[in-house]
Amino acid sequence: MFEYAPAPEARSLVSIRPSYDLFIDGEFVEAESDERIVTVNPADEEPLAEVAAAGDADVARAFAAARRAFERVWSPLPGAERGKYLFRIARIIQERARELAVLESLDNGKPIKETRDVDLPLVAAHFFYYAGWADKLAHAGHGSARPLGVAAQVIPWNFPLLMLAWKVAPALATGNTVVLKPAETTPLTALAFAEICQEAGLPPGVVNIVTGAGATGQAVVAHPDADKVAFTGSTEVGRQIARAVAGTRKRLTLELGGKGANIVYDDAAIDQAVEGIVTGIFFNQGHVCCAGSRLLVQESIADELLARLRARIERLRLGDPLDKNTDIGAVNSAAQLARIRELAAAGESEGATGWSPSCPLPERGYWFPPTVFTGVTQAHRIAREEIFGPVLSVLTFRTPEEAVSKANNTPYGLSAGVWTEKGSLMLWTASRLRAGVVWSNTFNVFDPASPFGGNKESGYGREGGRHGLEAYLG
Amino acid sequence: MPDTIPGSLRAYLHGLPGVDEVGVGRRAADLSTRSVKTTAKRHAIDLAIGMVDLTTLEGADTPGKVRALAAKAMRPDPADPTAPPVAAVCVYPDLVAVAAQALAGSRVGLASVATGFPSGRTSLEVKLADTAAAVAAGATEIDMVIDRGAFLAGDYRKVFDEITAVKERCGPAHLKVILETGELVTYDNVRRASWLALHAGADFIKTSTGKVAPAATLPVTLVMLEAVRDYRAATGRQAGVKPAGGIRTTKDAIRYLVLVKEIAGDDWLDPAWFRLGASTLLNDLLMQRTKLATGHYGGPDYYTID
Repeated sequence: MFEYAPAPEARSLVSIRPSYDLFIDGEFVEAESDERIVTVNPADEEPLAEVAAAGDADVARAFAAARRAFERVWSPLPGAERGKYLFRIARIIQERARELAVLESLDNGKPIKETRDVDLPLVAAHFFYYAGWADKLAHAGHGSARPLGVAAQVIPWNFPLLMLAWKVAPALATGNTVVLKPAETTPLTALAFAEICQEAGLPPGVVNIVTGAGATGQAVVAHPDADKVAFTGSTEVGRQIARAVAGTRKRLTLELGGKGANIVYDDAAIDQAVEGIVTGIFFNQGHVCCAGSRLLVQESIADELLARLRARIERLRLGDPLDKNTDIGAVNSAAQLARIRELAAAGESEGATGWSPSCPLPERGYWFPPTVFTGVTQAHRIAREEIFGPVLSVLTFRTPEEAVSKANNTPYGLSAGVWTEKGSLMLWTASRLRAGVVWSNTFNVFDPASPFGGNKESGYGREGGRHGLEAYLG
Repeated sequence: MPDTIPGSLRAYLHGLPGVDEVGVGRRAADLSTRSVKTTAKRHAIDLAIGMVDLTTLEGADTPGKVRALAAKAMRPDPADPTAPPVAAVCVYPDLVAVAAQALAGSRVGLASVATGFPSGRTSLEVKLADTAAAVAAGATEIDMVIDRGAFLAGDYRKVFDEITAVKERCGPAHLKVILETGELVTYDNVRRASWLALHAGADFIKTSTGKVAPAATLPVTLVMLEAVRDYRAATGRQAGVKPAGGIRTTKDAIRYLVLVKEIAGDDWLDPAWFRLGASTLLNDLLMQRTKLATGHYGGPDYYTID
C-alpha cells in the first residue's frame, strides 16, 4: 500500500531562546513586572519558551517610546522613505519564511503546510502591498488625511504573524507608530518580528511589542496615549474594549467573531463545493473568524453532498503539525479545546447528530477530530455560537429565499460562501447576504488588496486594501 | 444510460454536476505539495514503473525499435533485476505482430492505438477493421481515439455508438478510450466525455494521444479520476484512468499517484486501474530508483535510450 512516510520539516530551522523580554524602543528590555508566561507547543504540551507579562509600567514605557518615535522620526518621514523600510521588512520576511513558518507551527499547532503556503506568503504580501501605498496616500481617496499617532493593537492566536501584518503594515505605511500585544499563547513570531525590525534598521520606537495576557491587553487598550485601538479577537472581548474606549478620543476598529454561512445550491460544481466546505471549516483547525461553520445545503442534494463530504473528510490527515503532509494540526490551547468539547457536547444533547472520521488522535497535545453535525436547526447552540474549532453544522433549505434568511439569521456578519453554477443566482444571493465578505465558488481566499471586516457583532472597520488605510488616517 | 428519447443523451450528460475550473486547479495544486520521501518514495517508484505503458508512436518506428522497447519493458534495468516490468508496450497497429513476438511468454501487456489514431477521422468501418487487425495480431489492449469533431458538435450518439462498436470488436482485449482532453477544452466537456465513454463500455479512459498540447495535466486527470470514482459508485463497475503525454519525471509520476490515492482511492493504485502513458518517464524512474537504493545518481548514460 502506498502510504506517505513521515516528512517532517526541520525543527532545527529555528532556535528558540528559553526566555524573552519585551521589545521597546528598538531594544529587547527586561520587564519591570516579574510575572512570566510559558508558551507551550499545543501538539505535545511541551514548553517552548517563557515570555514576560508586561505590567502597566512596561506598557507606559512602550507608549512613551512610540510617541517619541511618532513625533520625532516616523510621521515627519516622507512616505517613500517609510515605504523603503516596509519593503525591507517584507523581503526579510520572505528570506526567513521557512524559519518563521516552523516557529508559527510550533507555537500555534497549525500544520506547516498552511504556515508555509498560506500564512507566510500572505504576511510578506501585506507588507509589500502597504509598502506600495506609503508614498501614494494622497491618491488613496482619503483626502489629505494624516496619521493618527500611536496605535494600540491587540491580536489573536489563530494567525499570529498574519494578524500582526494586517495591523502593523497599514499603521506604519500611514505614518503611525504601534504598541502591539500578541496573544499569550502565541507570542513567539511577534518576537521574531521584533528581530526583523532591528535587522531592517527600523527607527527605535516605531514598533513596540509587549507580551502578556488579558491584563496587559487591557493596559494597552486603556492607555491614555493611544490614539487608535485595533483589535481582532472574540466578540466578548471586543465589547469590553468598545466600552473601555467609549467616551474617549480614541478611534476603534474591531474584527470579531463569526458564524459564516456556506450556501450550496443544487446546481453547484459538487466536488469543488465539497472542497470549499472542507477549506471553509477545517482550514486552521477551524480557528478562523470567517470560517464557514454553518453549511446550508439545498435539500435535493443534501444526501449526496454529505456522502461526498464524509468521504473527503476521511482522507484528511491529522497529526504532527511539522509533518508536511498534515492537513489538520492541534487545537491551540487546553482552554480552547475545552470550549470546543463543551459546544460539541451541547450539539449532541440538543439532538443533532455528530460524525467524525476514524482518524486516531495523538496521545499528547490538544486535539479535536474534524466533526460534522447533521440535523441541526437554527435554534441549536452549535448553529448560533461561534465554536472556533473544526466543527461543522449542517442545515438544509429548499428555496433561495430560505437560504438567505437562514444565513442572515445570526448576530454575526463576517463571511459567507455561495456555490452555484448560475451567475444570476450567485449575484441575487450575494447582494442579500449581510456579511463583510461573500466568496463565490470558493472560500477562505485572502488577498492584501481586498478589504476584510464585519457587520453586526462581527465588528466594524476594514483591514486590507485601500479601505484598510482609512483606519489609520484622520 | 437513456437512449430511447431523442436528445435524452444530451440532457443526461449536461445534467452531470458542473466542474469549477478554479477549484480543480487549486485542488490539484494542493495535492502537488504532498511530500513523498524515503520508504513512500521507494514504493511509489516501483508502483509507477509497474504502471507505465512504454510507448513509441512515431512515423519512423521500426521493428528493431519495437523489439528493443519490448526487451526494456520486460526488464527495464539490465543492471538490477529487482526493477519490476512495466504494464504494457504501446505501438502502432502495424507493429503489433512484431511486439507480440518479442513479448511472448511475458506478463507485459501489448497495447495498440487503433481506430485511426491520432485524429480518429476515418469511417467506422475503417476503425473496426483497424481494431480487429490489431487484436488478431496479438494486441491485448486497444487505445481508441474518440471523434472529437462529433463530440464538440454535440453528436454524442455517434461517439457513443462508435465506442460501443469498437468495444464489441475488441473481444477479450481491454478498451482504453482516448478523450484527447486538450481538444475538449473545458472540464465540463471532460467530465461528459468520461461518462459517455464509461457508459459505452470503456475499460479505461485516457487523456491524450500525446500529439496535441496540452496533453495530460494534473487537473484534467483529477476530473477523470472523479468520473471513474463516481461511475463505480453509481453502477458498481470499476474503470481505469490513463494520463498520457508530457509525464517525464519521477516527481510528476508521484504527483499522479497522490492524485489517484486521494481522489479515486487506494483501490485504483494498481496497474489494472491506473496507467501512465510515457516514452521517457521510465528512465527517470529507474535513475531515481537506483539513487534511493545506492545513494548515487548514475545519470542518463547508464540506461538504454530505447
